[in-house]
Amino acid sequence: MMTGYIHGEIETTAGLFPRIETQWNRSDYWGAIKTRWSVGRMKYRVAPGIYAVGDPDRNSRVFVTGNYKLSFDHLRRALTGMNGWILVIDTKGINVWCAAGKGTFSTKEIVRRIRIHHLEQVVDHRKIIVPQLGATGVAAHEVKKMTGFTVIYGPVLAEDIKAFIDAGLKATEAMRHVTFPLVERVKLIPVDIFYGKYYMLIVPLVFLILSGLYPGGYSVDLALISGGKSAINLFSGYFAGCVLTPALLPWIPFRRFSAKGVVTGWFVALLLLLAGTLGLTLTEKVSWFLMMGALSSFMAMNFTGSSTYTSLSGVQKEMKTALPAQIAMASLGFMGWIITKFVSI
Amino acid sequence: MNGLVYLTDVVTLVLDRSKCSGCRMCMEVCPHAVFGIEHKKAVILHKDFCMECGACAKNCKEGAITVKSGVGCAAGIINGILRGTEPTCDCGSTGNCC
Repeated sequence: MMTGYIHGEIETTAGLFPRIETQWNRSDYWGAIKTRWSVGRMKYRVAPGIYAVGDPDRNSRVFVTGNYKLSFDHLRRALTGMNGWILVIDTKGINVWCAAGKGTFSTKEIVRRIRIHHLEQVVDHRKIIVPQLGATGVAAHEVKKMTGFTVIYGPVLAEDIKAFIDAGLKATEAMRHVTFPLVERVKLIPVDIFYGKYYMLIVPLVFLILSGLYPGGYSVDLALISGGKSAINLFSGYFAGCVLTPALLPWIPFRRFSAKGVVTGWFVALLLLLAGTLGLTLTEKVSWFLMMGALSSFMAMNFTGSSTYTSLSGVQKEMKTALPAQIAMASLGFMGWIITKFVSI
Repeated sequence: MNGLVYLTDVVTLVLDRSKCSGCRMCMEVCPHAVFGIEHKKAVILHKDFCMECGACAKNCKEGAITVKSGVGCAAGIINGILRGTEPTCDCGSTGNCC
């Protein structure tokens, strides 16, 4: 099923190569959805090698991509109606940009794949089109020196490839720039939700168990009622950090993601306060503001990893103050909440 | 840019114009329009747009650009702190990688 995109082979003087379909079938769409939800994401791979699109010959263009199937799928779909070669390099199943950052989409791997698959025997020209976001890991001049192949950086998005080729291998400025629109941010939310999967089961459970405490001893009924409310508060804080914050990113005040997270966390806490379910006493309410703010802030800060514009130096600077603040808020809130179990304040 | 700018005055990007040959490779690989050309040499136009991906430095034949590149990712930085390494988004076997 994983090889449903291959139909037949093409014979060349350099050997036989699989010919691939450019249209997505149902399993390709289903795979794209599953992988967004972290299901089998790390195993969604294509075998490295050379693939034929359409009816390529010795003058056809060569497109390089990583072996994360979603990257490969976007490329082959963008090549619909064209003849060309795809050189898939081994990025351990990681997408081009991340792999370039990690060093698996690299000069070394491109050079290695050109040699293993004898690209110089497949085509007469000496040009390869590499996705621009791969440039983080690839030094074009070194590839040229080692293999004779000139690296031409294609557009950021595979869907712009046709326009790029039609313009004589020239990318417009817009094609070169990474944006971060709502639809892209929303696509990344599921992965973020799964970041805390076990913790988001264990932590509410701990609150549920502790919720049964009262000055006279322990009550299971109390645990279920009050613990249920705690779980709702926790999930709401989590939701604020890893769903609301990414979705509303440009419209939330502050540049720091951790600060944006406090805003959304407190907004959600305010809604629960108005609904009358946040807590019973003033101390409990304040405690929940602290804990939900901290949780949302932490999750929002994690979204820096999914965002397309945060720098390492910036995130380090942000974390230096944000992490201690989050820990302080969460601890204070937790202590306050425990106290309300024994003292009615 | 779509109005999204991260913290200002933190980026480690440095361009030594005296080494620049004007090949425009940095402009080509930069995903955030940080560079421009003035008097046939590269110039940094929007330093605060830089996300320190390192593509420009990597593709500068003359070695005119330096930047401490890495992942601008909080989870990656925490990973690095826990393991005592540089920030890494290599999340190993947990399956939650970028």
